[in-house]
Amino acid sequence: MNSPLRTVPPSALPDIRGRYGAFGGRYVPETLVPALDRLQAGVDRYLHQADFQAEFNHELKTWVGRPTALSRAPSLSQRWGADVWLKREDLAHTGAHKINNAVGQTLLAKRLGAKRIIAETGAGQHGVASAAAAARLGMPCVVYMGAVDVERQAPNVGRMQLLGATVVPVTGGDQTLRAAIDEALRDWVSDPDGTYYSLGSAVGPHPYPYLVRELQAVIGREARAQMLQQAGGLPDVAVACVGGGSNAIGLFHPFLGDAAVKLIGVEAGGRGPGLGDNAASLTFGTPGVLQGSYTLILQDDYGQVRETHSVSAGLDYSGVGPEHSYLMKSGRVTYESATDDEALAALAECAKFEGILPAIESAHAFSGAKRYAGAHPGARILIGCSGRGDKDMPILQRTLLKNFE
Amino acid sequence: MTRASAAPRDAVAAAIQAAGAQGRPALVGFLTAGFPTRRDFKKNLAAVAGVCDVVEIGVPFSDPMADGTTIQRASFAALSDGVTLPWIFDELNSLESRHAAPILLMSYLNPLLSFGLEALPRAAASAGVAGFIVPDLPYEESADLRGALDREGLALVQMVTPVTPPDRLAMLCREAQGFIYAVTMTGTTGAVKGNSTEVPAEVLEYMDRVKQCSTIPVCAGFGIRSRGQIADFAGHVDGVVVGSALVEVLERGEDVGAFLTSLR
Repeated sequence: MNSPLRTVPPSALPDIRGRYGAFGGRYVPETLVPALDRLQAGVDRYLHQADFQAEFNHELKTWVGRPTALSRAPSLSQRWGADVWLKREDLAHTGAHKINNAVGQTLLAKRLGAKRIIAETGAGQHGVASAAAAARLGMPCVVYMGAVDVERQAPNVGRMQLLGATVVPVTGGDQTLRAAIDEALRDWVSDPDGTYYSLGSAVGPHPYPYLVRELQAVIGREARAQMLQQAGGLPDVAVACVGGGSNAIGLFHPFLGDAAVKLIGVEAGGRGPGLGDNAASLTFGTPGVLQGSYTLILQDDYGQVRETHSVSAGLDYSGVGPEHSYLMKSGRVTYESATDDEALAALAECAKFEGILPAIESAHAFSGAKRYAGAHPGARILIGCSGRGDKDMPILQRTLLKNFE
Repeated sequence: MTRASAAPRDAVAAAIQAAGAQGRPALVGFLTAGFPTRRDFKKNLAAVAGVCDVVEIGVPFSDPMADGTTIQRASFAALSDGVTLPWIFDELNSLESRHAAPILLMSYLNPLLSFGLEALPRAAASAGVAGFIVPDLPYEESADLRGALDREGLALVQMVTPVTPPDRLAMLCREAQGFIYAVTMTGTTGAVKGNSTEVPAEVLEYMDRVKQCSTIPVCAGFGIRSRGQIADFAGHVDGVVVGSALVEVLERGEDVGAFLTSLR
């Protein structure tokens, strides 16, 4: 029973109802209840089964390119007065950690007999990963993407199309990630038997937050072993960016039992603390139900979920995975935010001094790490570099490169 | 203590059964609160309540994941116009006289949580609301709201769908209040699958299965927009819900009463 995928004892969270303390659960239309029951049965049956894991690990190794490197960041270490290490998910196939989950869920979809894969995407990374995994495993794929994101992440739209996916721009609602999830759920409601919804973050109704965590925990397991081997010990702190929170939960989870390792999640602080100016659900949100889960969300006094702002499409989301809400309330993980400007400055610093162009999402983690280093000289810091920034060139052209000589 | 027989939720089943006694399926009309304008809400409500046996008032929500394009559009428009749950209660409290047709609120869970489950039942009962339909609240998550609504004798209407397995259908029918909302198809509100003028035999067979399970009235809903469809459902269910088609009539500024009368 001690499978490599299982990162916590079976008795640990979530509970049988998909709860992480008060958070989580399964708030969906009745039509989706049998589909989620089937998904749960599939997760129970396959996720930790030897055959499934062998195939999953084989794909991760020979196609995704795992394990991803752990790189020491000598220049950032020197500039910040710290010992900085980077977990390089930017080196994974398709350019971000999203592929870990996409491969795992597509394999699960095949075992469940699904005829097609649907996915939502914000920055386009989960869409690209889903399209690639579906192409690899021979399944048709439809990706829902907010019209605003289609525009600001144009390179990823073309990539998805080349990978054989159909990209559907979503013009309703806020036209970003939240509207894309709503539309994917509507698609799934229309064909709950034949369609597999490959949800891209550790959000949504149970069992998705659990499933995504288990598939992404490979990040933290590798990083933990690599730190011991390459750095000679565990980090003092691990830092990851948090939108829905899949790369953060994947990095953090294998460290939860290491009491000496501080964990910091960095949310999108956007333009500032006002409602609508950021996407920092943990920092500024209140409890509520959004898209299947009871968690912290950015909402007004009447329970209407508010639009968010972040320079990074991948963090631009009004909710957050329920396990993060729990980990914040339990005090195990600290959450803070970095503004658009802080993230862009961190991106520029990493690119120029380490030769790595991180995604704007990941740059939020760099900003949080730099802040930590300022307060804790000499600290050994592990940063989750969740993706690469190539897909951000359109927005970087309009921001950092605007006055570039 | 209120006697069980005087609970507001009993009025819902009674209104549906009264239509049955007249030899026709009950007509349940849905309108989004404050759509197309807040100003005309009471007028539109009166027009719907004047013809329908039960009225569903939609509480607009920012993420209507179970709704098709029509009700999404109406929901977003109502929100931009400033419609809130407290405003809806204020409007209902300021009616000169209550409508004979029982009123249900159809709301996603979050606006109800935000209002507060402590205060909600009393506020709703005082405003003349007989119960709630909550499309993103499966039975397993409903204990808190159900318990709260019970205190005022308000119904929590349960949905069932064509993909609900038999044992679950039996369980949901046992726990249902007011009426069973039998969703006609897998899909969102207002969706049209296949021929919209004729109800497929398998849908009617599914309705018969629901009917057999249930001791309270069964109403079919989602995608019902014509007199012909309603005639097909007659004899298989106790009532039909007309939502998106009615909201489209409101959207076009047409005569709500005339449209609904044409369905009866």
